[in-house]
Amino acid sequence: MHKLLQEQKGAKIMLLGNESIARGAIEAGVAFATTYPGTPSSEISLNLFQISQESDLYFEYSTNEKVSLEVAAAAANSGLRTLCMMKHVGLNVAADPLMTLAYVGVKGGLVIISADDPFMFSSQNEQDNRYYAKLSGLPMLEPSCVAEAKEMMIQAFDLSEKLQEPVIFRTTTRINHSSAFVDLGNIKPRIVKGRFERDPFNYVTVPAVSRNLHVKLLKNIKKAALESEASALNFINGDGPFGVICNGVSLSYVSDAIKDLKVADKLKVLRIGFSNPLPENLIKKFLADCRKVLIVEEGEPFLEEAVKAMAQEAGLTLEIKGKSDKLFSRLYEFDPAMVRTSIANYFDLPDKPGIAVSTDDLPEIPARPPNLCAGCSHRATFYEVKTAANEMSLDTIYPTDIGCYTLGFLPPLSMGDFVICMGSSVSSACGFAKATDQKVVAFIGDSTFFHSGITGLINAVFNNHNITLVILDNSITAMTGHQPNPGVDMNNFNLSGYGQVKIQEIVKAAGVKHITMIKPFKVKKSISEIKKALEYKGVSVIISQEICSLYAKSIKQLSDRSFYITDKCKNHRDCINEIACPAFFLDADQVKIDAVACVGCAVCAQICPENAILPLPKKQS
Amino acid sequence: MKITRLIIVAVGGQGNLLASKMLGEAALSAGIPVHMSEIHGMAQRGGVVESSLVFGDAESTIISNGEADILLGFEPSETLRALNRCNKNSTVITSLAPIPPFTVAIGKGVYPDLEQLQKLIRSRTCELIAFNALDLAKQAGNIMSTNMVLLGALIQTNILPISADQIKTAIKTKTKKIFLDVNLKAFDLGFEAALKFSGE
Ligand code: SF4
Repeated sequence: MHKLLQEQKGAKIMLLGNESIARGAIEAGVAFATTYPGTPSSEISLNLFQISQESDLYFEYSTNEKVSLEVAAAAANSGLRTLCMMKHVGLNVAADPLMTLAYVGVKGGLVIISADDPFMFSSQNEQDNRYYAKLSGLPMLEPSCVAEAKEMMIQAFDLSEKLQEPVIFRTTTRINHSSAFVDLGNIKPRIVKGRFERDPFNYVTVPAVSRNLHVKLLKNIKKAALESEASALNFINGDGPFGVICNGVSLSYVSDAIKDLKVADKLKVLRIGFSNPLPENLIKKFLADCRKVLIVEEGEPFLEEAVKAMAQEAGLTLEIKGKSDKLFSRLYEFDPAMVRTSIANYFDLPDKPGIAVSTDDLPEIPARPPNLCAGCSHRATFYEVKTAANEMSLDTIYPTDIGCYTLGFLPPLSMGDFVICMGSSVSSACGFAKATDQKVVAFIGDSTFFHSGITGLINAVFNNHNITLVILDNSITAMTGHQPNPGVDMNNFNLSGYGQVKIQEIVKAAGVKHITMIKPFKVKKSISEIKKALEYKGVSVIISQEICSLYAKSIKQLSDRSFYITDKCKNHRDCINEIACPAFFLDADQVKIDAVACVGCAVCAQICPENAILPLPKKQS
Repeated sequence: MKITRLIIVAVGGQGNLLASKMLGEAALSAGIPVHMSEIHGMAQRGGVVESSLVFGDAESTIISNGEADILLGFEPSETLRALNRCNKNSTVITSLAPIPPFTVAIGKGVYPDLEQLQKLIRSRTCELIAFNALDLAKQAGNIMSTNMVLLGALIQTNILPISADQIKTAIKTKTKKIFLDVNLKAFDLGFEAALKFSGE
């Protein structure tokens, strides 16, 4: 049985934040779950995907976050408890349904998880999604630790049903990827079939209907404000003349700082866990009781601006600070010492001195940047496109997209010139092609193509842009941990009852006239095919098909031979300098291949001018 | 309860997350509160994996610069890179088996000299326990048991509020049967290796 399905109420187990959140949803009786995977949220959905295979929970990987939320909206309006999870930037994609779903509301509880990523451990920006709650008018809850995340999920479902509105549950990476002990609770039985009651004058958002629905939303926000005011999720700890207001993970840094500085008698803390609408009366009362207040929140001054406005309304003139040069930054994430020092400085308390050893004079430590895996098919495709374009002396722009292949922008491949969001490769290519005379070759992965590349491609065909789109089809969503996507053969997951969508059929149906299929591990043939596609005026698409080597390894589909370098090697190092596969290393200045890392793609063997790279007889297992 | 802060740094694939989980389980059975956090964004693509474990009455799951009581490094250059997490009272345990980053493997960077590296760490911290954990893992029967070797050394220092028996129980519950003997042997070898340093 899946560990998150165990009944044992009262048992204490060690859980990752994302597991704790998934368990919370299970305890709340979630019956329907949708997602598009994205770090740091991915393990929530991964666990629910596994659970769905051994229970009556419905789970789906949707094609993108917008689709995911629309599917979820229907389930919730059929009365089912529904969870829809995504990373913070995913909510941008889902923002369209979000805004009007707030008008329409829900019947069964709907919780939308936004996993924010301060410091951008694995994201293109660090936007603060608390503003989505304000923008949409939806209630927002934010846990401060792993154990609380589970309890708060249950409260989020209850709140959603009570208010008949979706609730946004916001986490940050440090909640998702921390582990702690969690007490298991009862699992509420799932209700897996609902019924949709037709009610077009509340569901069909034509202007006349929406005008009424907006009135309803505003009323709901008032009700939510009363809930927030009374909620135990907004609480005050401690006592003293000084005040700290904080949210999320910052609470743990603040609590540790108070202990470290031994100032429990001087500081009280207001933790905001229900952060939209804010508990106005509670905050005003708290401010009235403080001599001076510090706001500790990662990201934007969301609380700070609201709290200052409240102080003004209440006619309070105490000093309130948060973001400033000397205190907290809007950048990145916080850490315990940073919070402790800011508290000490602001309230004029003795701080613990910094004690880190000096490291200024350490020898330079070589960087360890992430790299495409040994035998990754993307490396081969990038090399081939680059070689083809060089041989044709093209002045190229390479817009790329979001996935493992984004790493191709690093030298020596240097294939990636522009990326802003999922799907931007093909659409930005359209703009570059019109605005310049350069040749534009865009890269997109299979999952990203399904996510948001198709509309850009249709745009290219309709507006007749002169671009080449390379679809890197490795039959899996690799970057986020090998989730399925619509192009994947679900037999690989031992699952039946799924459809499968062929990329080349979509490309053809979109009206692309020049379509080339390549097998990237056949270097010469691929280069000559790529050249033809690059010559074509108009939209040409190259579909480069080869399974992700890491995934192939995990499903035991990897060929069983590795390569080695014979003494024919003249040490030109073309292999290292041009494709930089991590299976290479230098030993006494000679290039060698690590037989354990090598997966036998044979790309290097085909580019070695001396034919010095040969397969080993049979890999020792 | 006293707070003890441990940072573990490793290269993707060295099994430090499993080692952290075992420490967490052992703490659970010992009744010691523990908060852990991990950063493993691109671990499978050869990047650095870092976990932090805070034992005792603290709530933070991460550790600021200078505040680690123990730094456990699975790879020497990564240990050195994380040295700013230590203070003069910290204990550092590191394997001396290098996994050169790809930049070094292709001649685009210089790997730090291991003697100098040890001297540097020793001069700035309270104690350095450094040995080739890979060799011991091989001796135990599986290069994948480096993490167990290092766990053994970690427990031997007695800085964590966790006993060898408690961690061994966790190893038993978290290890596949066929690897169990190797893992326990690797643990013992690491424990003994660290023991030699305590005499110094
Ligand atoms: S996980 Fe797959 S797609 Fe990603 S770098 Fe590795 S081989 Fe390439």
